[in-house]
Amino acid sequence: MVEAAIFQRLSWNPLTDLHELFAYPFMVNALEAGTIVAVMAGITGWFMVLRRQTFAGHTLSVIAFPGAAAASLAGLPLAVGYFGFCGLGALALGGIAGSRRSLSAESAAIGSLQALALALGFLFVSLYHGVLNGLDSLLFGTFLGITERQVAVLLAVAAVAVTLVAIAARPLFFASVDPDVAGAAGVPVRLLGFGFLLVLGLSVAETSQITGALLVFALLVTPAATAHQLTARPGLGIALSVALALAVTWLGLALAYFSIYPVGFYVTSLSFALYVLVRIGRSLANRRRTTLRLALEGA
Amino acid sequence: MFAHEFMRNALIAGSFVGLACGLIGYFVVLRAQVFAGDALSHVAFTGALAAAVFGLDILAGVFAATILGGVLMGLLGDKARADDVTIGSLFAWTLGLGVLFLTIFTTHDSAGNGTAGVRVLFGSIFGLSGSEVRTAIVLAVIASALVIAIARPLLFASLDGAVAAAQGVPVRALGLGFLALLGLVAAQATQAVGALLLLGLIAAPAGAAHRLTVNPYRGLALSALLSVGSIWIGLTLAYVFPALPPSSMIIAAAVGIYALTLAATTRWEARAWLPI
Repeated sequence: MVEAAIFQRLSWNPLTDLHELFAYPFMVNALEAGTIVAVMAGITGWFMVLRRQTFAGHTLSVIAFPGAAAASLAGLPLAVGYFGFCGLGALALGGIAGSRRSLSAESAAIGSLQALALALGFLFVSLYHGVLNGLDSLLFGTFLGITERQVAVLLAVAAVAVTLVAIAARPLFFASVDPDVAGAAGVPVRLLGFGFLLVLGLSVAETSQITGALLVFALLVTPAATAHQLTARPGLGIALSVALALAVTWLGLALAYFSIYPVGFYVTSLSFALYVLVRIGRSLANRRRTTLRLALEGA
Repeated sequence: MFAHEFMRNALIAGSFVGLACGLIGYFVVLRAQVFAGDALSHVAFTGALAAAVFGLDILAGVFAATILGGVLMGLLGDKARADDVTIGSLFAWTLGLGVLFLTIFTTHDSAGNGTAGVRVLFGSIFGLSGSEVRTAIVLAVIASALVIAIARPLLFASLDGAVAAAQGVPVRALGLGFLALLGLVAAQATQAVGALLLLGLIAAPAGAAHRLTVNPYRGLALSALLSVGSIWIGLTLAYVFPALPPSSMIIAAAVGIYALTLAATTRWEARAWLPI
């Protein structure tokens, strides 16, 4: 049977399985880290989608890769590389966005920055010999071997970032929805844009330690995009985005624990499936509303 | 340097790949669709690994995936920016699928294939065989010819879609065809610089060309020239310093040229760079 081969460790008794999930410290650490990361990605992702900065967000998440590679080359803790490079990347992206060029010039600059980051990452990995297995986990993440200390660092950074977003939430929302009016009303639009990219960099640096540099983006963009499809209200939307990110992370981790396939596959597939379902549901609802209105107008 | 066959192969194939990337890149930047190129590079990765898992030809897998991906993206968003989020969600999932295929491939095959993922992601231009070089040349020539053939209407449609449509230019069909063509070029560049780095070869030389001239034909030529130049510089660097990977050096050269152009053409006003 296919399921039996893929889900080798599942006993198909929910209580036993749930108990086993929490039996090992490494799994508890992974679930804790996943929770922190999902909350943070849900919040910052919601603003990222609102501000239409998906390309910048993806570039930031890619920058985590050379950060980690540089740190392993220099013998520093990986977290130093992640935070250092993502911070620098946020500054560079802020500079690109702040220079107010045309759309096409901006996209060329972001694309070049991203390619440079990847090229540097590959260069560092090549200089640091014999890490092909390490390369896979830098790019695609691993939820095994997360230490309690890592969880503590994640929690501290997440607390800082979430507090910053909470303080700036109202003006940031204003500046994202209508920058011109916000600027006229005295909101420091450019400063907020810069600050937001820095917080996004923080949360990407955090998330990539768990999901790998290439999969952060899934947790940042997809739950947030789903939430934006469901509601336009900011408070509800952010809560929904966090809830969805949490759900896919927990489910993804559990599925990965019991099966032979990687966590990244489950997290991306679950969140994309949700997004597609919501999109389909919305277009069906829209169609029904239109037919209803037409029927009423006819009558 | 030219005495080695692998080096000659790399230079010849690289020049043609660079030509195609530079030409199409000019339009990608003009239409602000670099993000689509980004997405296609991830699609290329998944296509290659899917082909590897099912025992098909890897190159065929990449081509099928990127051309399909290009068409799909064209169908999903007809406005340039509105559907970034959909494209992003889609390619995040594609990448997740790629990881699944990578896991299946590396666990089912013997240890010798453990580097397949890395080869696809970062290219293997020094490992090209004679027949692979010929394929690269043929495809690059086809892609470049197609780009030049549709250059005029595409330019019109990109600069002012509404007026072009009113004049009878098939704007939507052109946009779709353009993305399919981008898929073709992306697949081809995957061989040379890898799925993850091809974005640099598409965005950086074209970005520099746009900074240097507003004349579209001069810009197209310049973009192709800079792209081929980056390949030569990168390959030479990688040859002289064997520790440096060629694909990284090619991208470093391309982005370096772009950065120099930016620095040379920016009027330095301190005010513009302050965040407040």
